[in-house]
Amino acid sequence: MSASTSAWRLLLRSPVAVAGLGALGLLVVLALLGPVLVPYGANAVDVTRALQPPSGAHWFGTDDLGRDVLSRVVLAARASLQVSVVSVSIALVLGVALGLVAGYFRGWADAVAMRVVDVLFAFPVMLLAIAIVAVLGPGLTTAMIAIGIVYVPVFARVTRASVLGVREEPYVRAAVAIGAGPLRIIRTHVLPNVTAPIIVQTSLSLAFAILAEAALSFLGLGIQPPEPSWGRMLFDGKGFTGSWWMSVFPGLAIFVTVLAFNLVGDGLRDVLDPRQRSVLESRRDR
Amino acid sequence: MLRFTLLRAGHAVVVLLGVTVVVFALVHLVPGDPVRVALGTRFTQESYDALRAASGLDQPLLTQYVQYLGSAVTGDLGVSFRTGQPVTTILLERLPATVSLAAAALVIALVIAFPLGVFAATRHGRASDTVVRVASQAGVSVPDFWLGIMFILLFSVTLGWLPPSGYVPLTEDPLEWARRVAMPALAVGLVSGAILTRFVRSAVLESLGSDHARTARAKGLRARVVLLRHVVRNALVPVVTVIGVQAATLLGGIIVVEVVFAWPGLGRLTYDAVAARDYPVLQGSVLLVAALFLLVSFLVDVLYGRIDPRISAR
Amino acid sequence: MSTTTAALAVEDLHVTIGRGARVARIVRGVSWSVQPGQTLGVVGESGSGKSMSVLAATGLAPATARVEGRAFLDGTDLLGLGPGELRRTRGRGLGFVFQDPMTSLNPLLTVERQITEGIEEHLGATRRAARTRALELLEMVGIPDAARRLEAYPHQMSGGMRQRVMIAIALACEPTMLVADEPTTALDVTTQAQILDIVRELQERIGMGVVWISHDLGVVGGLADEVVVMYGGQVLESAGVQTLHDAPAHPYTRGLLGARPRLGRLREELVAIPGAPPDPRALPGGCVFYERCPIKAERCAHEVPPLAEVAPGHLARTFCTEER
Repeated sequence: MSASTSAWRLLLRSPVAVAGLGALGLLVVLALLGPVLVPYGANAVDVTRALQPPSGAHWFGTDDLGRDVLSRVVLAARASLQVSVVSVSIALVLGVALGLVAGYFRGWADAVAMRVVDVLFAFPVMLLAIAIVAVLGPGLTTAMIAIGIVYVPVFARVTRASVLGVREEPYVRAAVAIGAGPLRIIRTHVLPNVTAPIIVQTSLSLAFAILAEAALSFLGLGIQPPEPSWGRMLFDGKGFTGSWWMSVFPGLAIFVTVLAFNLVGDGLRDVLDPRQRSVLESRRDR
Repeated sequence: MLRFTLLRAGHAVVVLLGVTVVVFALVHLVPGDPVRVALGTRFTQESYDALRAASGLDQPLLTQYVQYLGSAVTGDLGVSFRTGQPVTTILLERLPATVSLAAAALVIALVIAFPLGVFAATRHGRASDTVVRVASQAGVSVPDFWLGIMFILLFSVTLGWLPPSGYVPLTEDPLEWARRVAMPALAVGLVSGAILTRFVRSAVLESLGSDHARTARAKGLRARVVLLRHVVRNALVPVVTVIGVQAATLLGGIIVVEVVFAWPGLGRLTYDAVAARDYPVLQGSVLLVAALFLLVSFLVDVLYGRIDPRISAR
Repeated sequence: MSTTTAALAVEDLHVTIGRGARVARIVRGVSWSVQPGQTLGVVGESGSGKSMSVLAATGLAPATARVEGRAFLDGTDLLGLGPGELRRTRGRGLGFVFQDPMTSLNPLLTVERQITEGIEEHLGATRRAARTRALELLEMVGIPDAARRLEAYPHQMSGGMRQRVMIAIALACEPTMLVADEPTTALDVTTQAQILDIVRELQERIGMGVVWISHDLGVVGGLADEVVVMYGGQVLESAGVQTLHDAPAHPYTRGLLGARPRLGRLREELVAIPGAPPDPRALPGGCVFYERCPIKAERCAHEVPPLAEVAPGHLARTFCTEER
């Protein structure tokens, strides 16, 4: 695979993309090894040490229950990354399937699929996610499903747009002419040629999914306590405005994670798909 | 132009119909009986039957949808499970807070995005361009509700300049409204502004390198005229769509920031409705927001046709 | 050829993009001149530096390009002017017509606005006077129903009509020089001929000089007085059009003439000369054409032939003037 090797090499030439990849690598290590690395447990309550500012013993300070903020920030990484990866996988599989069918077969399948996508698009991302969680009940699993559904239309549109371009290519027409079946053509000719924009969109969606999960957890609709989550830590910190460290560090963790995914996504776009940025990217949760 | 407008309007109506199906389905997908869930554990058979009949939940599904659609068209979105008030009344009460916040945020976003995006594009590849790119990338990545919390810590807790939360209607006391809206609008507007800056920059960059920009320079026009009349104006065409998406998203999407600042808008209402399992209100606000989104998108499409003669001619 | 009397003259022009090891030398020491009322054809393949040599001389090179040398318009060195003075020269003393009239016109402005803005800027005309002048110009370039066409947008016109509008824009202030950068390449053969006729006729009427950039020796042959053949950023041969046609001195020019199809246009690829032009970031040590040269003389591999006079007014960059 010389094409993907050279794409890697180009990506590694961009200092920002490398910084993003480095930060992501670090995050994955923290997510995997967190329980071994952190000095305190996520729910090591010690009310005698409540609301302590950052110190040698507690670098990020302690919360209102005396729990170590640094340990909780590190331990929350796993759930956050998990939600984001699983939900984007859901969106990826459903959206790409929908986009392939719509773009390749055109006709009524396209019309129906795109109207469904239009309808889903009419809801602001966060509102739809909240409405879905309201129906399914709050929690980790439903948050993943809700965020996954919300990003289906983006993947469907990106995929469809690329497929529309590819299906007119001579090699696809030739495959049709020699009587190859549609599934075979999609698998061997169409899919490999539409991966670039999908990969870029995946990286950017991972970033947005982190934000969406943090927002849902902040509202109490995502990851449930006592499991630590950045969003919920921010909600807890809101009541203790005198203890700035409760609000600053979890937010920084979200920021750095999202930034890392965005930097990698931008780097990937420059390498793989250097078109003008699409309007779809302007949609993010709030 | 008329044909184009009608076509877009027709499309919006079809999508809106789909939206009503989704919103209607919301309640019927709730596991268990929404009325029972809403009433909690202590209720009488009479109150149960009354609420069930009032919500029309004792009818067949299709009948219910047709009734729902029929009343929605006439502006009747049912009554709140919690307060018994008509949902439409509640929504209209909350609308000004959301619209005024969204408008303020959008103004901030545009004021940031246009100068910065154009500036960065005209200095492509130089240090000042890199600074704008890095700053906008950071702005896109920051959670706006966290930014809001940081503002509260800085401007309210530490400096004591602004009240940490609360809302005063613009029509009652514009100055006090401005003091209250400043932090939430800035939190949301900075993020939207960062998103828009990136789009403005790349659109202007593309327009700067276009053949017609070269023609404008070849005519010997002043640099300012080339930039404004030929470069930025043409870059506006793709950017308008993005501004529309931002405006529409702001109208219905500032949920968490509204919660952080106790801002009594549609977002806060939705959140409260979810927490209280007040399904008619949830349905109503979701429907209203989606309808507003479609309305803004439609207006943007029409505006687009006005800016670009190639579209309205079709 | 004297630079003092020339309408437009370029002397020892160099254009580079980038720095250090990755520097691209697009134009390397090019000189030519056009006398008033005369037409110079600048011919070469894409990437030969033909367009860049003319655009750079008039301040239209991309911002990343470094331009050195001199370019005289009516005796004034354009490259010595400040950006404001250079700007005032474009559109006033210099008119431009570009390759693709669809993308070169602004899709969002009416034809009228695109013609009048230059007139208002350079001649200080009122909107009304500029409009009258625009109408006159459209009629001059042969656009029927000109008054109605003023209100039109570019997308409502055909390619030939659009290119006529471009010519009207270029001639709006009666420039002493018209720069035409492949103005007929994007057009069909019939329209091409019409545009050529219009330019020829207007040139006679206004008495301006013309630089006609083309990859097509055939188009240039029917139009130019003098021809400059460019390759790899250098001039390989320059002569009067008849001399060049009858007695081409450089193997490259001979190849171009041989590659000319009898009918229709020459594509960008020159099938008769195998190979591709050199990479401006990795130019050869010897003659720039050596790789594709049918003769490949020993000394050309490591020595650059000078641009020398082979006959009065006929310059060629070759050691092989005898072998024909």
